[in-house]
Amino acid sequence: VTEIAWIDPLLRSARPQAVGALLRYFRDLDQAEEAFQEACLRALKNWPVNGPPRDATSWLILVGRNVALDDVRRRSKSEPLPEDAVVSDLGDAEADIAERLDNSHYRDDVLRLLFICCHPDLPATQQIALALRVVSGLSVKEIARAFLVSEAAMEQRITRAKSRVARADVPFEAPGAVERAERLAAVAAVIYLVFNEGYSASGGTVHVRLPLCEEAIRLARLLLALFPGEPEIIGLTALILLQHARAPARLDDDGDIILLEDQDRALWNRDMIAEGLALIEKAVRHRRPGPYQVQAAIAGVHAHALRPEDTDWAEIDGLYATLERLQPSPVVTLNRAVAVSKLRGPQAALAMIEPLAGPLAGYFHFFGVKGGLLMQLGRAAEARIAFDQAIALAHTPAEAAHIRLHLDRLIKASQPA
Amino acid sequence: MLYALLCCHDEAVDTSWTKEEDDALLAKRRRVTDPLAAQGKLHASIRLMPTTAATTVRIGREPVVLDGPFAETKEALLGVYLVDCASLEEAIALAQQIGRDENVVFEIRPVRHYRPQANFKEAAV
Repeated sequence: VTEIAWIDPLLRSARPQAVGALLRYFRDLDQAEEAFQEACLRALKNWPVNGPPRDATSWLILVGRNVALDDVRRRSKSEPLPEDAVVSDLGDAEADIAERLDNSHYRDDVLRLLFICCHPDLPATQQIALALRVVSGLSVKEIARAFLVSEAAMEQRITRAKSRVARADVPFEAPGAVERAERLAAVAAVIYLVFNEGYSASGGTVHVRLPLCEEAIRLARLLLALFPGEPEIIGLTALILLQHARAPARLDDDGDIILLEDQDRALWNRDMIAEGLALIEKAVRHRRPGPYQVQAAIAGVHAHALRPEDTDWAEIDGLYATLERLQPSPVVTLNRAVAVSKLRGPQAALAMIEPLAGPLAGYFHFFGVKGGLLMQLGRAAEARIAFDQAIALAHTPAEAAHIRLHLDRLIKASQPA
Repeated sequence: MLYALLCCHDEAVDTSWTKEEDDALLAKRRRVTDPLAAQGKLHASIRLMPTTAATTVRIGREPVVLDGPFAETKEALLGVYLVDCASLEEAIALAQQIGRDENVVFEIRPVRHYRPQANFKEAAV
């Protein structure tokens, strides 16, 4: 087994590009996937004997295409079957000539594949499932487990998504600049969704699902390698890395949430933080700020602080103000209020979130923050009401448990000693 | 003679390793490099961040700053070992040991000049 252990990462990393190229040939997602699958089977037979080809991706594309074409011929019975050995003994020299991948071609192949999976016609849950299945190559079983649904349900979700994108009729010509930018934005949004899905599960018992987070990092890096000069993609990658760096400190042994200021910062992944900070520096040089870059910068300020009391809240407040301008949203204002509470006290923050009561009436974190601020102000009865509302809106047991902790403290404080 | 063993690898593969695979690989390499360090033959080992974190500066009349690595090749420079070896043969053998069971390329470069800075300690970053 160890002898072929090196093949697995090779196949995994070749997948987006190979399936993307095969999709360009066949213009059919299922056919492209099947062809790639078949090419992988041949690789598993061939590579341990002959060693890896110089360009594994090109090898897989060529073999996948040939196998699929043979299959078509076989079905039409118009031609005699080629010997299996002819295809599987294919040398790399041949593959090199057949599919010399120029970078721009490759870029659009992968972007098209990603975009089809992240198609705006699909609901978010289908986008994520399809991207994980087709681009990342996770099995239906793995994805089902990550979403805590049955395998059959996930299978159905993916099938539906596929037939929907087939009808969406995504053009196969190389996209223009505007179209490319649109695709890039759609794909970036789904990568962030995948990460968030892993970071704070919407439903279910597990609060941090690491495989989804790691897959999101891989997809972000893939996209960034294709578009190294796009500041928002640099920002997205930085943001995901910086947030994921905190994962080891986010939950206690019982699976309960530990807030940022209570986390053991020694547990934060310093490698990821360093990479995230390096990326922010790169992005800033472009002087084209965007929401991902600003959010990454906020995560970066937290990462810089070795102790919670070292946090530069004024910087965070300023960054949230920028984010409010770039992407006005009550959730952003709510987050800014947390920074304001540190800078100017809970009263100022409470005043800031009061107008949000309407738009955030169904938002768990709104009531969590509100309860926290009221508690700081010593308004225990009102804090209790807010916390009760938060619990009613909690998506995961960990969220509910965290609020309950506050409630317990309130109850203890109200009891005579 | 001091040699730089430049470790080059397909970056897409490198970033596709799971944490467990990555840890296993590093542990495997350290079984080779730790004894070397104990003998005082390993001067430094460096692991670089992915090329997505790289910036290229072309110095000319107008310096140009670009995102990404200098050359867009499949195999990217991902790390460096600086080792004392009695001969090129030894350096080659060492590269083979360090990279055993990996799909990796080592470029062995004899070092022309090396000036360690005494006030530098090991750093995670």
